[in-house]
Amino acid sequence: MSKVKITIGGINKKAGSSKEYKTGSWRTMKPEVDIEKCIQCLKCFDYCPDGAVKKIEDGIEIDLDYCKGCGICERECPVDAIVMLEEEK
Amino acid sequence: MGEQKGMTIQGNMATALGAKLCEPDVIPAYPITPSTLFPEKISEYIADGELDAEMIRVESEHSAMSACIGASSTGARTCTASASQGIALMHEMLFIAAGMRLPIVMAVGNRALSAPINIWADHQDSVSSRDSGWMQFYAEKNQEGLDLMILAFRIAEDERVLLPAMVGIDGFVLTHTVEGVQVPAKEDVQDFLPPYEPPHGKLDPEDPMTFGSLGTPEYYQELKYDQTEAIEKAPEVIDEIFDEFEEEFGREYNRITPYKCEDADIILLTMGSMSGTARAAVDEMREEGKKVGMAKMTVFRPFPSDLLKEIAGDADGLAVVDRNISPGFGGAIFAESAGTFINESKSPLMKNFIIGLGGREIFKENFKEMYEKTKEAVEAGEVKKPVEWLNMNEDVMR
Repeated sequence: MSKVKITIGGINKKAGSSKEYKTGSWRTMKPEVDIEKCIQCLKCFDYCPDGAVKKIEDGIEIDLDYCKGCGICERECPVDAIVMLEEEK
Repeated sequence: MGEQKGMTIQGNMATALGAKLCEPDVIPAYPITPSTLFPEKISEYIADGELDAEMIRVESEHSAMSACIGASSTGARTCTASASQGIALMHEMLFIAAGMRLPIVMAVGNRALSAPINIWADHQDSVSSRDSGWMQFYAEKNQEGLDLMILAFRIAEDERVLLPAMVGIDGFVLTHTVEGVQVPAKEDVQDFLPPYEPPHGKLDPEDPMTFGSLGTPEYYQELKYDQTEAIEKAPEVIDEIFDEFEEEFGREYNRITPYKCEDADIILLTMGSMSGTARAAVDEMREEGKKVGMAKMTVFRPFPSDLLKEIAGDADGLAVVDRNISPGFGGAIFAESAGTFINESKSPLMKNFIIGLGGREIFKENFKEMYEKTKEAVEAGEVKKPVEWLNMNEDVMR
């Protein structure tokens, strides 16, 4: 995480800066995608509360900089293409 | 010093008039007894074209303070009024207003908290929000209510402070009591209170910024420290602005004002409308040769420890009068007065008197009783009962 100086009242004078704060380090479980099984229904994309699922040409990709490992994508995937595995750190 | 106009008005009208002279831009408010006349008057001023402001009629006090936070974040001069359960309901938002360093001013009609439900004078409502980070001012009379509104805006908006402030006037005793006040001219208030330009940033679609964002464990403690430092440094600014006000408008304000304290053995520490009664009691006791003084606390937050030490450090006894109670300990002012002297080599013996809860009258005789009880403790060299409730209606006790 980048270090910034605090400001009066915690005002962040730069708009749209939340992308700079990578929050994936909070994760203890990590989604693994079997792209062969993916039918591109994009349920994971719709349900991800963190917007960490990205559409790519042949399916989806998880942005691990922001994924917090909640496992909603695993639960919603109708073809079991996503499996949560313990994060190794 | 410009000319001032004499008027005879209720306390709520005095605070509303004080606010009007400061030309607020936005006033979100939800009416509650005993401060209802404040939003009524503001609404009237706007309807009559005397005040160019936006009044937001919200659905609750929580929403009132939320709207204040939004408005103040855009750089609008913002004020509201509330009391009792209203302040309790906005408790969550009070901390947010202070943490976001928004100089919102709130007129409080000080009233007891339920249960049992009670609409009368008591300091519990605002005293209970003492940890929210707001500055707190208390008036003895309607004139102070009016002046303190102007002072509160000026101090709150000072770039060295940037914190919200409450101005408390006792429910009914002041809010609904008609008194003569001197009203400064609008132009003179404008000179005293420059337009508010937030130095720390404002919400503006042309220059977007993030307000009220997450403070992770890496930043939270530093932001709280920064906020706490601001209120701890505020006394210097408050004293400076009080002096400037006196120069401009001829009325003296102090964080604590001593009265006949110089040679006093026993000092009564008071806050709010009871102070006038205490002063009269001190005069009568002085005529009887008793060495007693009283000190009126106008600023409760930041707590004026430095002045309290100066005023009461040489006294034998300090009677702290609390119109509030923290069940399980005593009054809030007592606890903080005791804390003030904790590391001092010389400290007065302290007694705490709980009185005037839920609109119970406070008489001169009560202050005389406080003097006697404190004197007794001083003579005995020990305080057997630190906290005592006075003026109890023994007939109804079970």
